[in-house]
Amino acid sequence: MSTYWQNYFKKNGLALGLFMLLAVLIWTLVMIILPQLYMMDFSFRANVPPPQWGSETHVYTLEHYRYLIYGNVNSTDAINYIDLGVFGRTILASIFVTLIDVCLCYPVAYYLAHVAKGGWGRLMVMSLIIPFWVNELLRAFAFKVMFGTGGVINDVLIALGILDQPYDFIRENTALYSGLVYAYILLMIFPIYNAVESLDKNQIEAARDMGSPWWRIHWRVVIPHAKPGITSGCTMVFMLTAGALAAPQILGGPSSLWFTQLVYKWFNNSANWARGSAYALVLLILCIVFVLLMMRFFKVKLGEIAK
Amino acid sequence: MSADVKLEDVWIRFGEFVAAREVNIHIQEGEFFSFLGPSGCGKTTLLRAVSGFLSPSEGKVLIGGNDMAGIGPNKRPTALIFQNLALFPLMKVWENIAFALEVKGVGKAERRKRADELLELIALPDQGDKMVNELSGGQKQRVAIARALAAEPDVLLLDEPLSALDLKLRQHMRTELRAIQQRVGITFIYITHDQGEALTMSDHVAVMSQGVIEQVSDGNTIYDSPESSFVASFVGENNHFAGTVTHVDGDFVVVDTPSGSIRARNIEREGQKQLQSGDEAMVFIRPESLQFCDNQSFDNTLNAVVERQEFEGNFWHVFLDVEGSSRTVSLSMVNDGSSVVHDVGTSAKIGCNAPLAVALPAGSLAAE
Ligand SMILES: Nc1ncnc2c1ncn2[C@@H]1O[C@H](COP(=O)(O)OP(=O)(O)OP(=O)(O)O)[C@@H](O)[C@H]1O
Ligand SMILES: [Mg+2]
Repeated sequence: MSTYWQNYFKKNGLALGLFMLLAVLIWTLVMIILPQLYMMDFSFRANVPPPQWGSETHVYTLEHYRYLIYGNVNSTDAINYIDLGVFGRTILASIFVTLIDVCLCYPVAYYLAHVAKGGWGRLMVMSLIIPFWVNELLRAFAFKVMFGTGGVINDVLIALGILDQPYDFIRENTALYSGLVYAYILLMIFPIYNAVESLDKNQIEAARDMGSPWWRIHWRVVIPHAKPGITSGCTMVFMLTAGALAAPQILGGPSSLWFTQLVYKWFNNSANWARGSAYALVLLILCIVFVLLMMRFFKVKLGEIAK
Repeated sequence: MSADVKLEDVWIRFGEFVAAREVNIHIQEGEFFSFLGPSGCGKTTLLRAVSGFLSPSEGKVLIGGNDMAGIGPNKRPTALIFQNLALFPLMKVWENIAFALEVKGVGKAERRKRADELLELIALPDQGDKMVNELSGGQKQRVAIARALAAEPDVLLLDEPLSALDLKLRQHMRTELRAIQQRVGITFIYITHDQGEALTMSDHVAVMSQGVIEQVSDGNTIYDSPESSFVASFVGENNHFAGTVTHVDGDFVVVDTPSGSIRARNIEREGQKQLQSGDEAMVFIRPESLQFCDNQSFDNTLNAVVERQEFEGNFWHVFLDVEGSSRTVSLSMVNDGSSVVHDVGTSAKIGCNAPLAVALPAGSLAAE
């Protein structure tokens, strides 16, 4: 261990070595660990107004977690159907959005990596990236207008005779899912692109030469090679979708709540930071557990997705 | 089963660039046929036209008598072994080998059985459950061959498959490849820029230069009777002397060169003697065809000064400065223990008889 540090300082010099060490330390401690510890601490304490924080009324309690599971003390339900229902729906919807993203992005990434050549490929990449200069709120509102009952999509569908009266895409959450699918599309395309691009073209040709139809080439050669990239894209998209706030706020139908909206409600409207922390923490931890289970299931190691 | 391959007037262009020019070749079924040529001469391109990854700009490719136009690589009775092998690293060795069977919908047990048989054939029994990357270079090589053979092709195409191996292994694999070819009995089309490989393994060799087939013959003929100056200079070592034909005499010509007049064979091409009186010509004499005159007399003699010599155990290589020639001429002789060693700086006469000298029309030479 000590030789490791000696080598480390020998390689980087004292100044740079110390700087890197401090930067990493501050980054992980201040930016990552401390805030989460604060949140965790909060989530286990009674909800008292800020002046009393740290006083003896700020006691440790499990009431917020209890609330998420069983609901109000006066509730007659066995469990907190409403909040847990929102949680379950958020997870399912995020899985759905992630799956749609994979199905959309894999062909695009493959096309960019192995078919598109030179200028055409660059043009495609640009047209993927540039729209993301538009900020998230503006994009969400634009989707709302576009999918609205008087929006361009309804107009076109009616003009084509596919619909005879406007369809309420907002109420049916079509707008929400489209918005979420689009929001994280780059985070799916680029990891898959990187993975697919590193595949030797000769392997694809070898499979074809042995009589393989295109779908088997993808199933047996390209997808296994791209698996770390696909997993990396999926985890990012899943986490961010489950944690999205702006799109559900703006595009969500009146009947559907996203779990983050509940968290937001506790923090903001109800000024119950403790309960908000508890909800947020549960979301975070269950999402991580879910992702790890999925990686286990698809036999991808954590180190691989960093490639 | 095995099939013949015919290229009829094949041209392949990439924009303005011509990668294959009027190629006409008939490869017999069951033979070991090599394309030999320097890097970039269009060998891979021709092979891709046979395997179907590329369609010729003009002309036809026929396999087993069937025109292959419009038939994709997955539908042709060929299997290609890539220059870099292109094994599937995420599959086990046996799965690699059985991939073609998997494509055909053969059940798992049967696939495994067939893979094991092929592993037997390539002398790698019991290695089926390894991953590809756990194999050595030569073993990967053999797995690539087995994978291609599993498709039961009529024609096996090999694109410089030995180039990544070290010399020892390469020589070993030559013998092995030839043996496998004879065992399975299908047509092998082999690409290489290594003349040793082409000459040792093949029934017939096509020598290529810049998209043009220069000569198709068996190895012996290519070596002893090259039909163009490119073939003469590319295959094996050769000394050359430029000059003008002074007269034609049956199968021989006399060429007047700055080093003296040399009598040499007038090589035929497509049944025609190539040189006539007055033509610009090049005479090629191989190092092993030259000898020190000492007391013997030869059809051709040259005056030379010994510049340098190298001893290689079974051979002496002597490098000489020949009168009238600006190029160093090399001479090889077998070390039979009795050879007289000529000291550096001494002058000597060297000679060779007319049947061992080859006269060809002046043309391009292979880059050294
Ligand atoms: N797709 C292509 N587009 C343009 N030019 C090409 C293409 N493929 C090959 N060429 C050109 O055709 C020529 C022949 O290439 P080819 O790959 O057949 O050479 P080769 O004889 O196999 O060489 P090596 O021994 O180095 O593999 C080269 O000059 C190459 O630049
Ligand atoms: Mg090549």
